Formats: sequence, structure tokens, C-alpha cells
Amino acid sequence: MSAVGLRGLVIGALFIGLFLALISCWIYGRRLIKNEKTDAVFGNPVKALGGWHWIVSGVATILLVWLYFSWDAARAFFPQAANELCQVAKVNTAVHPMRSSFPFDTRLPKGTIILARENGQLARITADLGSADYSDQERAELQPYLDRAQTILTSMAAEGSVDNETLQAITGVSQRIDDLTAILEAGELPEGADAAIIQARDDQPGWGDSSQEVPVDPTSRRGALFDSVAAPMAEISRDFSKIRNTNAKFVEDVAALDAELKALSDGSESAGVIAFARDMNKLLKRVDNGAVFPPGALDPIEASLASFHTVQQDKQGSLKLIDAIAMPSGTILAGNTACSEQGSGRWLPKPSDTFATLVRLSDPEVGYKGFPLLWYKQKPLAEMVGFLVPDFIADLIPGEYPRHGANGLVEQNFKAKVLAIATGNFNSPNVPVPTGHVWDSVLRVLAGLFLGILLGVPLGLFMGLSRFAKGFFDPMIELYRPVPPLAWAPLILTIFGIQDDGKIFLLFMVAFAIMVISARTGATGTQLSKIHAAHSLGASRWQIVRSVILPNSLPEILTGIRISIGVCWGTLVAAEMLAGTTGIGFVENVARKQSDYEIIWVTIILLGLLGLLFDLIMRFVIHKTIPWRGKG
Amino acid sequence: MSDLIADAIDMTFTTPNGDVVRALKNVSFTLKEGELLSVLGPSGCGKTTLLNLIAGFLRPTGGLLTLGDQEIDGPGVERGMVFQQGALFEWLTVSENVDFGLRMKNANKKETARKVEEWLEIVGLQGFGDTPTYQLSGGMQQRVALARCLINDPDLILMDEPLGALDALTREKMQSLVLKIWKETGKTIMIITHSVEEALLLGERLFVMAPRPGRLHKEYSLPFAELGLEQDPRDIKNNSEFAQTREEILSMIWNMEEEIMGTASS
Repeated sequence: MSAVGLRGLVIGALFIGLFLALISCWIYGRRLIKNEKTDAVFGNPVKALGGWHWIVSGVATILLVWLYFSWDAARAFFPQAANELCQVAKVNTAVHPMRSSFPFDTRLPKGTIILARENGQLARITADLGSADYSDQERAELQPYLDRAQTILTSMAAEGSVDNETLQAITGVSQRIDDLTAILEAGELPEGADAAIIQARDDQPGWGDSSQEVPVDPTSRRGALFDSVAAPMAEISRDFSKIRNTNAKFVEDVAALDAELKALSDGSESAGVIAFARDMNKLLKRVDNGAVFPPGALDPIEASLASFHTVQQDKQGSLKLIDAIAMPSGTILAGNTACSEQGSGRWLPKPSDTFATLVRLSDPEVGYKGFPLLWYKQKPLAEMVGFLVPDFIADLIPGEYPRHGANGLVEQNFKAKVLAIATGNFNSPNVPVPTGHVWDSVLRVLAGLFLGILLGVPLGLFMGLSRFAKGFFDPMIELYRPVPPLAWAPLILTIFGIQDDGKIFLLFMVAFAIMVISARTGATGTQLSKIHAAHSLGASRWQIVRSVILPNSLPEILTGIRISIGVCWGTLVAAEMLAGTTGIGFVENVARKQSDYEIIWVTIILLGLLGLLFDLIMRFVIHKTIPWRGKG
Repeated sequence: MSDLIADAIDMTFTTPNGDVVRALKNVSFTLKEGELLSVLGPSGCGKTTLLNLIAGFLRPTGGLLTLGDQEIDGPGVERGMVFQQGALFEWLTVSENVDFGLRMKNANKKETARKVEEWLEIVGLQGFGDTPTYQLSGGMQQRVALARCLINDPDLILMDEPLGALDALTREKMQSLVLKIWKETGKTIMIITHSVEEALLLGERLFVMAPRPGRLHKEYSLPFAELGLEQDPRDIKNNSEFAQTREEILSMIWNMEEEIMGTASS
């Protein structure tokens, strides 16, 4: 089985499975509610506990909506539909220029619209003539032109104005449409069509498998039938557009009037007369292409198109239903050389494609911009030791660093060896460390968060306990905190550089303010009796902070961490979009510049999943560390 | 020899509005080692202020407080305190609460564990050592608070309406427990209470305090605590002498309250 067939099978099974899960969870939920009706009142928070089945139905709903509106379900269940609809679209595109002349998709026929408009124009020019811009003499002089223009307009719609040649052309077009209708109705395929279908199946990639979204050549008999009609129909359309109601007298009249008006305009210095001539000239130019026919003159073509449309709709059969139901908010459109999805199927990437892109990018050999999403690499242990151990430790060792002697040799002493370790300058085995865009982003968030907690919590507690600290630090924090982190970003990135330092500092600023405020709220909320009790039990100041105030502030601190993580993610992605060469935000920014919706979608899903993961971890931590919250 | 001596204690507060409130005026008494004292009085008579002064949470504006040879200057382990709502550390288990004081002193771990077992048994909480305190009932929480205070072996135990928030049945059981502990440990105990019956039962001596300014109004020496060690407290409460004293004190406090209402309305 081909990969595409397997994909369809998996997505189809997933869609049905999700649908069944949704239904059964709803039924289960309804039954549960019915059973609980007697023992729970509205507003009891216990009623919000549990409910895994609602989690399942929520997830199923999201996925179903995604599968449905991205047309992934349509592609799984009706893999041929896009190709067939493409052939139908070709026919529709071919027939459209003709249909637009008749009131099929519009309310008025084209000729009626033109006549209504130009009669209106004539009325306006007539009204203008009555204004003070014209002298009585001029009015008398210009009136005949108006009458002649009116006569020309009337003559176009007059029965018998159409010359024989044009009448024959009309009958010819009508006949050719009828012939095509007969072919379509009979379902006659041109010679060699079956071979072409097999050829097309082998040659073309499937629906959505390449940058060309929908394969153009028909891969089914139904598609081939429509395809065979499309080209002749386009030709008929071209011929139809050449049919004009321009008999010799009409052309003559228009040319004569046009010339006289030009002469009038040239020979006059009155602004009114010149304007009149110009308006009349424009009017004549709009009608001289002969698009207006006498009522009923084009009836044969209209009737042929109507019966063609009926047969065409009839021959589409189930396709119409698939288009309407399985491909919501859009359809397949045909351009000159290719067919494409229009509507939500276009801008909402399909889950299976998105997953495939994720899998493709997850391959460390591929990655994105030469850097894997999430992988590991071998790094010497020394490098990490050098990063973690501060270099000044070597300075603290008594003695002097060695200097080279007269023989050109350097004698290593203990101080130099410590320096070598502190700078990571020694032989060590390689250890695997994580790497990649995802890891870089996670590491930045964790580093910023860690620093924020490390410095923010003590300061927050201090501010909750000391009037000095509260008053002294409050203005600084409250001045920088309300500024959106992104407003700081350009400045911070300039000062600290576009590499990790700047981003981590930016995240630190975000996390720090939140942690200070939550720790301060926690410390302020400590009951005096607990502090009294600790005093009576012999606790020192430090012990009271460590053993009473800190644990008592834990609920607020953990809530602060949870909020910080969320805000840090948001800030980080934006900062990575501004500058840098790694990270999820970087990936999304590049994808945005290239309008690669699938990769944008992949980054969005990655961010969502990571955010969810962090929040689940925090929920677990909160559940484990402060089960006593609200019960003290 | 560690008697509590209060010598002419004065306590005035200045409210944020600048009003000066005299919470205590010229309070003097001596509490001998091993005595059981209950303090009673209408609201606002300075009972809790007095207790906070002895505990060292406040410093008197006049007079001298000494325990043994030491002037009271700040909180200390030798004066244990039991609060109305327990003031337990809800993030710790029962035994972690009980050994809090010993942990702060970095006491020997084995010794600490043994003592915790011992005290949990005395207050009737054996087997509850690993229970989180927020899962305990009000009475059990007060037992933990008692054990937490007693494990430090204080010279003086201060109780600020320790049984006020308990239901009647639990309260009687706890009263017996306090008497039992007093008898078995021979500690000096000072209990502040709102309940006249409780004050009569849990007081070898009983101070009735009067408000505005807070001062000692009358002192009783009572036999009921001693009796309570041998008899059912309910029998003592039916005793006619008990009832008589109760009525006397009740009317005394009633009159004080009336007086406050009178001055307040005039």
C-alpha cells in the first residue's frame, strides 16, 4: 500500500474513532449528570472535579474541527474528489464568460444592465443641458445630438437589428453547446481517455503531496468526461465573445455622430459645449462594441446553456454533495494551469500534512536551517565544567600563576591546574547533551525563570516584611513592570546582544517582577499567630523566614511561577522573532517570511504542547507541594 | 524557682488617629511555680494584652515583668503559648509540628523522635504522627498545639482561649486533658477564657479583670481544679458552691458590661 493510501486509512480511522469517542463521552457525561442531580446543588465546586470524559470530548472536538475544516477528512474519505472537482472547475471556468451574459448567476441580463445605465447617462446629460451653464442658443443646438444618441440606443434593442451573419453565429454557438451537452449526457469519453487516466495516476502526485495542491489531469472516468468537455467549451466561449450586434448601419451612425461631436467640440470655446461633447463621446464608446441585443435574440444560447448546466450538475452526482459537506467554506478552483483549494482547506494546514512536516523536521539530519528541532550532541564534559565553575576560583588559590622560564618551558603549578579546570581546558570524555531549536527555547525560558525565582522570591519576601524594602524597591519594580516586555526587547537585545544573554535577561526581567509580587503577597498574608507561635517555639528570625513565612507563601509563589512560565513563553517567542538564529520563534519567523503555513502551524502546535506540558508539570507540583492550600 | 512576677504593669497604645488607649493600668501579681491561673473578664479588659506581654510579643510601657530571675524581654521558649485557633503550620505533619521547637534548636534527632511519640501519646494522638494537620478536627488540632508547646519543656504555659472554638463535648474532654497535664507535669499554666465555667474549673486561682483601663478587679482561690483531677468535671459543675461562684462572677461581669454600655451611650 502506498504511503498516501495509508495516510488516508489512518486519518479516516482517526476521524471515525474521534467521532465515536465524542458521542460516547457525551452520553456518559449526560448519564452522570442525571445520576448526580439528586445530591449536588448548583455552585458546589466538587461538581467540577474529575470528568476525564469531558477532557476526551474536548480534545476530540478540537481534532474533529481541525480534520474537518482543513479538509483532511475529505481527503481521507474522498481522495478522488479534489481531482474530479478540478475537472468540474475547468468546465465552470470555461463556461463562465457565456453564463455571465445571462441572468443565471446575476439578477439582470448584461444587455439590460448596459441599457439601463446608458439611458440613465442620457437623462443626466439632458438634465445638465437645462442648467445655467448653457445659453438657450446652445441648448437648441445640442438637443439634436441627444435625440440621435437616443435613437442609436433604441436601434440596438430593436427587433431585426441583428444581421444575418450574427444570427447564424448565434445559432452556431447554441448548436455547439447542445452537441457538448449531448456528449456529456451520453458520457462518451474521447478515444484513449482510459490510457490517459492510468498515465495521469502514475505521473501525478496525489492531492496535497506537492506544492501543486490538486493534480490537474483527470484520474477518473468521471473527471475525464468533464475534462473532455472543458476545452471545446472554452473555445465556444471565445467564439461567443466575438458575437457583436454591430450591423453596418449601427457602425455608420455611431461613427458619424462621433465625428460630428468631435468637430463641435473643436470648433467651440464654450466650456459647456466641450463637456457635453466629452460626455456624449464616452457614452458612445461604451455602446459601440455592440453588446446589446434585441430581447430574445440570444434566447437559443441561453436555453442551450441552461440545459448544459442541468446535465452538468446531474453528471456531477455525489461530487456536489462532497463539495458542500466534506469541504466546508470553500471549493476547488481551476486557474489557467493548475487547480487549487480555496477557503479553509487552503489556509488551515491539514493535520496529517502538519504531522508529516513535524516528522520531517524532527529528523536531526534535516532540522530547520541546518539545526535540529530537538536532538542531542556529544560535547566534552570539560566545556560544561568550564561554563559552570567560575574562573575566579583559581585566583583564590594562594600562589602565583606560572611564567615561562628562560628555556621557553612553562612549569605548571597547582594554581594553573585549577585555572585549567575552571576554564574547561582539560581532556574529558564526551557526554550527550540536548540541542536544537526546541531545547534552546526551553533552556532560555528555564534560565530566565530560574534567575527570576532565585532573586525575586527573596526580595519579595523581604519587601513583604520590611517597610524599607517595600518603599525602596517598589517604585523601581512598578516602573519597569507595566512596560510590555517587547517594548524592552530592542533595548535589552542591543545591550546584552542577540544571543542567549539578551533573551535570558529579558525573560529574567519578566519573571523577576512576577515573582517579587507573588512572594510579597505571600509574605504579607502570613497570620500573625503563626509567627507568634514560631517565636514562642524558639525560632530565630532566619528560621521564621525559612520555616514559616516561606512555606506560608508557597501557594502564591507557585502561582507566580505558573504565570511566569506563560508570560516568559510569550516574550521569548517574540524576542526570538526579533533576533537570533535558533529557537521556535526563529523558526516561525523564517516560515512567516516564506509564507510556509505548515511550518508556522508546526511551531504553533509545538508551542501549545510545550506550554501544556509546563502547565501540567506545575499543576502536579502544586498538587504535591501545597495540598493544604485553602485548608489552613 | 521560677515565679512569674508582674510589678505595676502599665500598657498604653496609641491608635493611628492619635488617641491614647490605656489597655492595662497598674497590674501587679505573682504567679508561683506550678500554679494554675485562669483569667476572666469582659471584652476589652486587656486579658489578651496581658498574655502577649508575658509571652514577650509586646513590651510594657511601664512596670516590670520577670519570670524567675529574668526580665521578660521578647518571646522565649521558656514561655510556651497555645493559641485560640491552634496556629499550626498546615504545611507540616502532626509530628513535624510537634517537634518544630526542637528542630529549631537542632536537637538530637533520635531523642526528638522519642519525645514526639511520648507527647503524642499524652495528648491522645498516637498513630497520627504522619497525618497532615489540615486533615485534623478542631479538637485534635488543639491537642497538637498543646504537644508542640509542651515538648519544649517550658516553665510557663500561656493559653489564649485555647478551647474557645471547640464544641461543648470536645471542650469538656480537653478541659480534663489540661488538668491532667497540669497535674502530671506540674507546670505553671495561665489560661485566658471567656467561659466562666471553664475559668472556675481550670483555675486554682482566678483573676476577674475590669475594663477601661484594664485592671485586676477581684481574685478567687478555688478548689475545683484539684477536685477535677479526681472527679468527673460534670459532677463538679453540678456542685452548689460551683454554681454559686459562677452566678457571682457572671453578675459581676454583667454589671461591668452594663457600665460600658452606659458610658458608651452617654
